[in-house]
Amino acid sequence: MAGAITLDKVSAGYQGVPVLHDITLSVKPGERLAIIGRSGAGKSTLLNTIYSRYPERAALIPQASALVANLSVFHNVFMGSLDRHSTLYNLRALVWPPAAEIAAVVRVLEAVGLEEKLFAKAGELSGGQQQRTSVARAMLNGRPIVLGDEPVAALDRVQGDAVLRVLSERHETKIFAMHDIRQALEHCERIVLLEGGRIILDEPSRQLSYERLLPHFEGELQ
Amino acid sequence: MRKAGFLPRLTYGSATQMFLLAGIVAVPFADLAISAVHPGAEFRRLLTGILSPSFSAIELWSVVWTVSFAVLGVVAGGTAGLVLALFFDRSRFIRLTAAALRSVHELFWALFLMQITGLSPATGVLAIALPYTGTFAKVFAEIFEEADRSAESVLPHRTGTLSRFAFARFPVVAQQLKTYSLYRLECAMRSTLVLGFVGLPTIGFHLESYFKQAHYAEAAALLFCFYVLIGTRRLWARPWTVPLLAIASLFMLPEATGGGSTWSNIARFFGHDIIPTPLRSGGLWHGESWGAFGSWAWRITVQQIGPGAVETLILAQIALIAAGALALLLYPMVSRRFLGQLGHYLGRAMLVVVRSTPEYMLAYLLLQLMGPSMLPAIIALALHNGAIIGYLLGRQADQLALRVDAPKGANLYLYQTTPTLYGQFLAYLLYRWELILRESAIFGILGIKTLGYYVDAAISELRIDTAALLLVGVAVLSMSVDAFSRNLRRRLRLEGLPVRLSADQGANPARSGGAFAGAAHAQQPVA
Repeated sequence: MAGAITLDKVSAGYQGVPVLHDITLSVKPGERLAIIGRSGAGKSTLLNTIYSRYPERAALIPQASALVANLSVFHNVFMGSLDRHSTLYNLRALVWPPAAEIAAVVRVLEAVGLEEKLFAKAGELSGGQQQRTSVARAMLNGRPIVLGDEPVAALDRVQGDAVLRVLSERHETKIFAMHDIRQALEHCERIVLLEGGRIILDEPSRQLSYERLLPHFEGELQ
Repeated sequence: MRKAGFLPRLTYGSATQMFLLAGIVAVPFADLAISAVHPGAEFRRLLTGILSPSFSAIELWSVVWTVSFAVLGVVAGGTAGLVLALFFDRSRFIRLTAAALRSVHELFWALFLMQITGLSPATGVLAIALPYTGTFAKVFAEIFEEADRSAESVLPHRTGTLSRFAFARFPVVAQQLKTYSLYRLECAMRSTLVLGFVGLPTIGFHLESYFKQAHYAEAAALLFCFYVLIGTRRLWARPWTVPLLAIASLFMLPEATGGGSTWSNIARFFGHDIIPTPLRSGGLWHGESWGAFGSWAWRITVQQIGPGAVETLILAQIALIAAGALALLLYPMVSRRFLGQLGHYLGRAMLVVVRSTPEYMLAYLLLQLMGPSMLPAIIALALHNGAIIGYLLGRQADQLALRVDAPKGANLYLYQTTPTLYGQFLAYLLYRWELILRESAIFGILGIKTLGYYVDAAISELRIDTAALLLVGVAVLSMSVDAFSRNLRRRLRLEGLPVRLSADQGANPARSGGAFAGAAHAQQPVA
């Protein structure tokens, strides 16, 4: 059976500077995978590489929330579904949002607890609210694979756990880049540890422990 | 590490020396005489006139038409420019079209268009709209290119082009496009004023006749009226008033005077006038008429384009270093670092005066006072550009983070602010180089023998074919300077620095949402 995602000895970089070396990774549909590692280890690059290879099946939650500051939360979330409608309908939604779309956007916003900000300008939200808007956009996008680049980094622990749970319900396959080891172990069944652009560990969470992973983060705040 | 090409390594110092040398070499070839018999007396009459403006001289309709030509020209040029900007990075043809449109000054466009549309509103509006389309296309394309693309990069795959644009590209830059367009409206007001000097019924038309008759009190009133229009621009030109202004302008346009039927003019213009004389008699199939065409083109190139281009460059290079020197002298006077709050007010006042006084009008006036030579043109160009660069440098000096024990006065100027701002200074100057050159060519209409002199002469003798060839010369010269300037800015590593006056007042994209300031572009990795 073909996996949801297959990378075979993939190297990648920006402007000639290599970041990832010989990455071989296979993710089965339905898996929950955490990519962990120090900052600069190549987590974001790995997610972006996967995204560029599976654009039809994946929704990305980028690290910087990547919202359009001048548009409302509604419009930013609605952007996750632009490919499902005609151009004319999209343009209409920009000026006069249809009730059905508002209802759909409210549903995903409720899941992240942001429904009261429906028509607030995205640029006026706090960092955490922006991140939840970005998560809601990926949820409305609804692609089977969700790629979250530190999707709850700007949220407190309780909110973060809740958001990770709703994301897991919504999407079939989940790949999250995370820096919080405990959260990774708690929410994901498989851990991939990156160091210097290489995978140095790939094991089920139940075989791992916080104490065993901690030495790989020496010098970084946990 | 890229090696510099055929020239030695370029530094701020060597670039400065190069320009200084070019300017100094040009001086002996420039006619710098003051030929007026009593320039002092004339100047006193001008001052008296300015101090006792005669406001009854203001023709209301000329004010209305100045605004309407500007509004319609900017709306048309902005719309066309926006469309071109969308294909700017994909089409070489569009980039060239935009460059050609903006390399010809609005006055040249007006002189040409008059052959087709006569002294009509269409001439006024199109003379603004055509070159502005080229400028808008380039600047809008730059704004789109520099915009934050992160939201666009996470749109679902297969989102349509128009949806992509409407949701993730346009809203990101809407504020900047708006600010720039309104700023251009102000430039267009200056341009329409100047169009009056060649006969269109704007404020400039009356200004020219009052200046010519030395009726300075009347001229001063018109000028103050124009200052008020520019000074209050932010009050009446807002995003929601512009469509209303445009519609109102359409109803208020003047009647066309003379010129005959536009269609027959178009037929005559393209079917006869603009076709080079040696090719007119249907001799397109004969080798000899092409031979005659060759010698015709060669004669114009050698006798008019060559000398005109040399004279244009002489004027531009001297004006450039004069403007640079003036800017370095002026900037401490408009900076809080040197003169405190007084510097701030001086700066604002200088900006308003400079922005509302078109260089062409200034040169015209100085020529009246000092008599025909290159000197008035140099002074006009140096004052206008030097003051703009000086103002911008002053603002930059205000924003410098200085240490607590920083020196003061002359030491601060010589050891701290000027060295720190020097790269920025060169960036401004190199950017304005092409603008100075375009103006230098235009000043020929005033009698200095730059390229504009030959264009004006050819058009007034109805040798439209010659004028067209001359304009090709103008366009090639200004595009070459533009390309050379960009090359220098790249080699001096000045590309990232702001160069436009509008950027200073404009929207700072980082300001609209604090959290977005650090939003990195989501780059697609190259696997």
